Amino acid sequence: MDGFGTDILNALILFANFVFVPALSYGSQLALGAVGVTLVYGVLRFANFAHGDVMAFGTMITIFVTWGLQSYGIGLGPLPTALLALPVAILGTIALVLFYDKTVFQFYRRNRSAPVIYLVASVGVMFITNGLVRLFIGPDDRRFADGERFIIKARAFKKMTGLSEGLSLQVTQVITVVVAIIAVAALFWFLNKTRTGKAMRAYSDNEDLALLSGINPDRVVMVTWILAGTLACIAGTLYGLDKSFKPFTYFHLLLPIFAAAIVGGIGQPVGAIIGGYVVAFSEVMATYAYKKFLKYLLPDDMAPSTLMQFLSTDYKFAISFIILVLVLLIRPTGIFRGRVY
Amino acid sequence: MAPQIHTDQNQRLRAVIAFGLLGLGLIAVGILQSWNSAFGVLNLCMISAVMALGLNVQWGYAGLFNAGVMAFAAIGGLTAVLVSHPPVVEAWQAGGTYLIGSLAALIATILLIRSVRPRLPEGRIRFWGTVLITITAYVIIRSLFREGAGLVEAVNPAKTGFLGGLGLPIITSWIIAGFVAGGLAWAIGKISLGLRSDYLAIATLGIAEIVIAVIKFEDWLARGVKNVTGLSRPVPYEIDLQESDSFIGWVRWWYQDTLSASDNSVKLLNELVISSSSIFVKLCYSGILLAALIILLTLANRAARSPWGRMMRAIRDNEHAASAMGKDVVYRHRQAFIVGSAIVGIGGAMLTTIDGQFTPSSYNPLRFTFIIWVMVIVGGSGNNLGSILGGAIIWFTWVQAEPAAQFVMQNIAGFLPEESALADHLSDIAPHMRLFTMGLVLLLVMRFAPRGILAERR
Repeated sequence: MDGFGTDILNALILFANFVFVPALSYGSQLALGAVGVTLVYGVLRFANFAHGDVMAFGTMITIFVTWGLQSYGIGLGPLPTALLALPVAILGTIALVLFYDKTVFQFYRRNRSAPVIYLVASVGVMFITNGLVRLFIGPDDRRFADGERFIIKARAFKKMTGLSEGLSLQVTQVITVVVAIIAVAALFWFLNKTRTGKAMRAYSDNEDLALLSGINPDRVVMVTWILAGTLACIAGTLYGLDKSFKPFTYFHLLLPIFAAAIVGGIGQPVGAIIGGYVVAFSEVMATYAYKKFLKYLLPDDMAPSTLMQFLSTDYKFAISFIILVLVLLIRPTGIFRGRVY
Repeated sequence: MAPQIHTDQNQRLRAVIAFGLLGLGLIAVGILQSWNSAFGVLNLCMISAVMALGLNVQWGYAGLFNAGVMAFAAIGGLTAVLVSHPPVVEAWQAGGTYLIGSLAALIATILLIRSVRPRLPEGRIRFWGTVLITITAYVIIRSLFREGAGLVEAVNPAKTGFLGGLGLPIITSWIIAGFVAGGLAWAIGKISLGLRSDYLAIATLGIAEIVIAVIKFEDWLARGVKNVTGLSRPVPYEIDLQESDSFIGWVRWWYQDTLSASDNSVKLLNELVISSSSIFVKLCYSGILLAALIILLTLANRAARSPWGRMMRAIRDNEHAASAMGKDVVYRHRQAFIVGSAIVGIGGAMLTTIDGQFTPSSYNPLRFTFIIWVMVIVGGSGNNLGSILGGAIIWFTWVQAEPAAQFVMQNIAGFLPEESALADHLSDIAPHMRLFTMGLVLLLVMRFAPRGILAERR
């Protein structure tokens, strides 16, 4: 098989394999993280610096429970055991964030402190969480994905289609997307259909009006932390399954997550999800070398000699920052008009 | 007025006690470990104090959250390299034209966009036109630049492989570092001040990552992770001191009693000269740092007591009221942000100077951003002397926690039968415990003693 049609197909498969699929799963992880940040922002009105480390804490519990289950020989067959451990980890993470709220943030809420005070307090919480995670599991890199690795292997795909480019699909990537869809659907059902969810949105929109309508602020705050903890734990576990777990990388995830929340309009859950994908796709697309891709599409004599890479992978996270700066310069409210001032 | 005076005296007493305890701590280090490490700790305490002073201008005066202190410290360090290192002529000859060409192309692009933009019809065409020009220019500049960088990095990569610097005395870099860090702060402030306070925090968090990445991966600039070592010094070298007759004579006079009591006085003298030479170098640094610290503290205190300082506090305490009184809040915030960052940059240059080398991989956000925050908050937000005290105390605890723990361990080792396993475990978790403790200290001080050790003067 050859000819221009095949070339186009090959180029598309190449793009899907190295850009679309990885960006989709990374984007889902960022989206879940960013929704957590944005919910806390909407209700408690501060950027929670501890979110990345709370994600790491949740993932750590998942890993411990996974190890426990593995030692008893319990597993999910082709699926990673971590999925079975996830509910326990979610409960653990919720307990952690509620504990932090009671011991740290509640005091400043009662005192009606400025948002920046919460910010500094969240840095303290970040330290403590980071220290705890390293204390319990150590600073090393850990992989905890078990079960099957691939749904489609690149070689099998090539054989099946006869194309020279293969598309590989990892189990963790598919799980990430599926779990993210379920989590987001459940979240929006909760926010839009239940009484508590509506109360939360009302409180986020206008605190005073919500208080006048008899909404219990303590309850709203508690529910917000429960949701944020749940989402953080899921996002962290999915990221760890897909790549690997290292406490320090979770701190670095803060920047893309904040960028995603701001792009979407901070305080806006829908925006955060779109922002997550915007950041992930920009990051992967800007650091991908298009040489081979263009070779398929262009005539032979026009094939590029350089890598055709927009930015070296060393500057991956610079993308989040560039997006952030562009948004602040062009449209500080983000796509969905978040709260800025 | 009476309680006010009382508080002031109370404050003075506290400051004296705190600095006294710190001094005793340093003397203890000198006696128990060595005087060399005591002066080493003292010097780093003073540098931490400078950085804390800079952050205090931002947080204490203006209430700005800077999550990128590390970036300004690193850029200060970079400036020290670029000012003091002699220029690498071969590298300039090899790739200089390309690099200057790409810089010229960058400036040309900016001018082009500025002149073309107003002529394009407003709306989509203007937006996409700008995007098109930017991307085309980026591709051209990047290829020019990569070519030049490649050539520069190929020149004697084991020793240089970078453009070098200006070859000026390293002390001048302290002042230049202030301007460079201030310039970076200006750009960041331009983008993110005036929006919610969190945006500055997030933008500074991002710029910190990027500055460090650029310094690490752009080898043509300062050798990246290969480090630049052997920077010039403002003080004499140990080896020269050891060979200088007057220094040896001075050591002989200082230790005359010890020497006359010893059997092998030649060997002892030799050892004493070696150890004294490194203490002498550290002492010289201490002198310079102390002088710089006193100058900075005086300036910062004058600024805080001036009408400008009063205005900054007014803005911090109530932005709306200050704005209603006609103060330009965003502009003033930017001022404080720039001044604070410049001081942190000076601290960064000082650090590189006394290290004599620039190691980009040593910059991490916990050590260079968040610890500085703990210093300012523990010392007393808004109080300059407090920040200096906080900087010194926190740094002292940070570096001495480990030896202290070991000291305790050694003393109880006799009572513990399985001490080796336990000691191993304890030393493994020690660095993580440090993080945890710092977080806890930050939260406890914020909650129960929000004014810190030395409260802000009113």
